[in-house]
Amino acid sequence: MTKSITIVGVGGQGTLLASRILGNLLVSEGFDVKVSEVHGMSQRGGSVVTYVKYGEKVSSPVVEKGEADVVLAFELCEGARWVSMLKKEGTLVVNTQQIDPMPVITGAMEYPENVQEKLRSAGVNVIEIDALKYAEEAGSSKAVNVVMIGALSNFMEFPEEMWIDTIKKTVPEKFVQMNLKAFELGRSIK
Amino acid sequence: MKRLMLGNEAVARGLFEAGCKIVSSYPGTPSTEITEFAAKYDEIYAEWAPNEKVACETAVGASIGGARAFCAMKHVGMNVAADPMFTAAYTGVNGGLVIGVADDPGMHSSQNEQDSRHYAIAAKLPMVEPSDSAECRDYTKAAYEISEKFDTPVILRLSTRVSHSQSIVEEFPRNEVGVKDYTKNPAKYVMTPANAKGRHVFVEQRMADLTEFAETSELNRVEHADSEIGIITAGIAYQYVREAMGDNVAVLKLGLINPMPKKMILDFAAKYKKIYVVEELDDVIETHCRKLGIEVEGKSIFGFLGELSQRIVAEKLLGSAPEYTEFDGNVPPRPPVLCPGCPHRGVFYTLSKLKLTVSGDIGCYTLGAAAPLFAIDTTICMGASVSALHGFNKARGEEAAAKTVAVIGDSTFMHSGITGLMNITYNQGISTVIILDNRITGMTGHQENPASGHTLKGVEVPPVSLEKICEAAGVKRIRVVDPLDLAAVEAVIREETAVAEPSVIITRSPCALLKSVKRKPALKIDIDKCKGCKMCMKIGCPAISF
Repeated sequence: MTKSITIVGVGGQGTLLASRILGNLLVSEGFDVKVSEVHGMSQRGGSVVTYVKYGEKVSSPVVEKGEADVVLAFELCEGARWVSMLKKEGTLVVNTQQIDPMPVITGAMEYPENVQEKLRSAGVNVIEIDALKYAEEAGSSKAVNVVMIGALSNFMEFPEEMWIDTIKKTVPEKFVQMNLKAFELGRSIK
Repeated sequence: MKRLMLGNEAVARGLFEAGCKIVSSYPGTPSTEITEFAAKYDEIYAEWAPNEKVACETAVGASIGGARAFCAMKHVGMNVAADPMFTAAYTGVNGGLVIGVADDPGMHSSQNEQDSRHYAIAAKLPMVEPSDSAECRDYTKAAYEISEKFDTPVILRLSTRVSHSQSIVEEFPRNEVGVKDYTKNPAKYVMTPANAKGRHVFVEQRMADLTEFAETSELNRVEHADSEIGIITAGIAYQYVREAMGDNVAVLKLGLINPMPKKMILDFAAKYKKIYVVEELDDVIETHCRKLGIEVEGKSIFGFLGELSQRIVAEKLLGSAPEYTEFDGNVPPRPPVLCPGCPHRGVFYTLSKLKLTVSGDIGCYTLGAAAPLFAIDTTICMGASVSALHGFNKARGEEAAAKTVAVIGDSTFMHSGITGLMNITYNQGISTVIILDNRITGMTGHQENPASGHTLKGVEVPPVSLEKICEAAGVKRIRVVDPLDLAAVEAVIREETAVAEPSVIITRSPCALLKSVKRKPALKIDIDKCKGCKMCMKIGCPAISF
């Protein structure tokens, strides 16, 4: 059975590194893995979505509506935007950080209110995380992505050492300690 | 060793393993990383050319010179490279020649949704299409075998989801094929009409031979099943079919998509009751099947627009798809925007303020068209800003010309803006061209160009001078201005649009994302002094919010 994870965020939040950590872990666990990302235009502060799929044999590299076991959202309204990717029994793990999109900055639109409440009343399993706070605690606001990976790790069956080992192998050496701390903080949220 | 590889990286791995020696490309999403990864191999000489035509000609020359050669481009880049490609189809090769093209169904990063398979048909070239990273490596290597066996350039067709998804690839050592002898052979390489007539005969015979090859090539495979339905597909669409339909349908997967086999398809169609063709963009496979007299369904249910997916295949062929929950409320769109600190922003703010008609081009600065700047009137293709403005001003006269400018990036100017500029000076145009010079090819992720001062392989070189090129083209009024100095930008634009002669304004400041650039610390808004007028929101900077 193929499992699907959708990682969403804002260009520049490090979704690609998060998907790389996850992809490398799954390969070392012996799964067939496909990771899909879109480069170019969407990197310029746009909405960014990355798909990670694994199982005995994965065909399509993309996740479609109603297919994701977990949507890992690095930003609140991106979680709302991409919640349609979730399976009925799936979980939305969402960073409560808000980054205003351009229509909100220019005053053309309002940032959506009561996002978590609305999602819960629609029957979505929502796990909220103030990932920015934990990332800063770990040493850099840029570590939001690895805090989120830590939070995601609770929904997957792999031992903690595997995650730590993969982070060590994936991130540049000088950032390993900070990222390991970010991971631990993310994983501590249950 | 097995590891996850981007489709584009796997193509580069295939180039390495096939003994490819020369790579010349112009960047373009989603093809860019092929050349970047190829450049990491010491055994491969890789370069950024100023445009796809030059890149293709460089690869053609390298092939005639005896090396296995490659060039990569995005689908619209093939329009630029088409000229050498169509005649290289006649000359054939010496060392193997593979031309990589990445289509962008769904237009994630493109100005149109053209289907490059038509080029293979029109140029009478074989085309292969992989469906995942492992096939990217395998088909690249197979393409070199076909190229040398049949004396032909081979097109490797990719699409966004193949180029930009990662899957597992096993690595093998390089097959060092060396450089073949070069022997002078005008009948093959000098395409005068008399020689080309002879080569056209060869080309037609080659297509017949390749069609025969397609019948037995391992690139095309049948996956039988105990089903009434048979599906003919290729590339990423194959993966969508397998995911949606499981192993319960028979599939004919085409890897060699030009020329396509005949007997193989007829035999497949005869075995199954209902035949569908699942392909993205145009009805290329479907048309081939119809020519063979096979009743198929394809575009009548799938249409011609955008990407397919397993969901679309399931909806259309099974009539069902997974349920999902939507957020109950409006989520504001999050379009890509010019970055915080982008040197282009002030230029667009000024153009918008002066209410000028702006002939735009392809690059990050196309984002100047979006809210709240709304500063661009037209965007067509690489280089069109300069030449189309000339036409616009010839049509509307001198008075209108005083209210128009073209904007073009440094890399795009090198690509195909120079010829348009010469057209302005030569034909007594009076247009004002603004070169947004941020010293790099920005949108595709920082690729070097002739004005950058270093090469893809990291060698420092003297940068080509934009000023001297403009001067040599006959432009007398050339102004260089710092785009972060808004007052100066406005003054220069006012002066240059006012004069009835050609002028070039070079706004020079490096891309805000370049790591090599030392920058002052970010400015902060003094909240006590802020009156809340929201004027600063009008520049569309994502770093400022209220």
